[in-house]
Amino acid sequence: MEAEAAKYIGAGLAATALIGAGIGIGNVFSSYLAGALRNPSAADSQRTNLLLGFALCEATGLFGLVIAFIILFA
Amino acid sequence: MSNDPMHQFKIEPIIEGRQIGIIDTTFTNSSLWMVLTVIAIVAFLALTARKKLIPGRMQSVGELSYEFVADMVRSSIGPEAMKFFPFVFTLFFFVLFSNILGMNPYGFTTTSHLAVTIALGLFTVGMVVVVGIMKHGLGFFKLFAPAGLPLPMYLIIIPIEIISFLSRPLSLAVRLFANMLAGHVMLKVFAIFIAFLVGKGGIMAAGAIVPILGTTAIIALEFLVAFLQAFVFAILACVYLNDAFHVEH
Repeated sequence: MEAEAAKYIGAGLAATALIGAGIGIGNVFSSYLAGALRNPSAADSQRTNLLLGFALCEATGLFGLVIAFIILFA
Repeated sequence: MSNDPMHQFKIEPIIEGRQIGIIDTTFTNSSLWMVLTVIAIVAFLALTARKKLIPGRMQSVGELSYEFVADMVRSSIGPEAMKFFPFVFTLFFFVLFSNILGMNPYGFTTTSHLAVTIALGLFTVGMVVVVGIMKHGLGFFKLFAPAGLPLPMYLIIIPIEIISFLSRPLSLAVRLFANMLAGHVMLKVFAIFIAFLVGKGGIMAAGAIVPILGTTAIIALEFLVAFLQAFVFAILACVYLNDAFHVEH
């Protein structure tokens, strides 16, 4: 296999990190909604944690993206 | 106009400078946008800082932004940490304004460069170490050995804690950088797709309405992300500073 082709396959594989990020983000919001519907009065106080969880989760997927860019361009 | 989605991140010199030691004094477009960011923040504060007892619209915005960051510092560290409020406020507003200025057409996002974000991240975590050692002396290193574990566990926990502490500046920096980079690349890719469809003409050009709507939605999302990443950067700085204040948790 040519090195160039392997590079593109590697970058594509690195993008699979987004699978985990997708599951994680879904999990964050579904848990928040489930909790918020059970106890709506506590929902507002947890919004900070919700956004924090969302951002931390999304970042893990983007680490994969960075790896893909490193493989492609570095 | 280049069709390369990475072209927008290119750093170009505006005023050539000289090499002084390890510092290159060239004034680049990145420096220009950083200066513009600072000017925008100063203008924002100058416009919103009024001293009326009953706040008008502008003053409310200023007070809201103050309260927003002050609340963040108070709730995540405690009232004794208010002397770090200016630091967190600066961090939050610098990241927020560079993200938002970067969303403008022909804008340059300074935070989409790892060199910029890692400088912010290293400074934050470096300050945590300095403050922690100033406050607790060598007791600060108890941070790496949480109390109340069975003895053999420490063999595993201490290396893990040290690695997780050392990866903090990197994860802070990469999170912000990757979010900005991914957002702008995605926007550019969609924009190129629109241009491609319009260039085809006929029924294909009519189909361009779909990516146009998509891009509009993504731009809205990017503004949310711009705010959210600034918020996350500031609140994680607070969480890390909390370690320096309360070593025993």
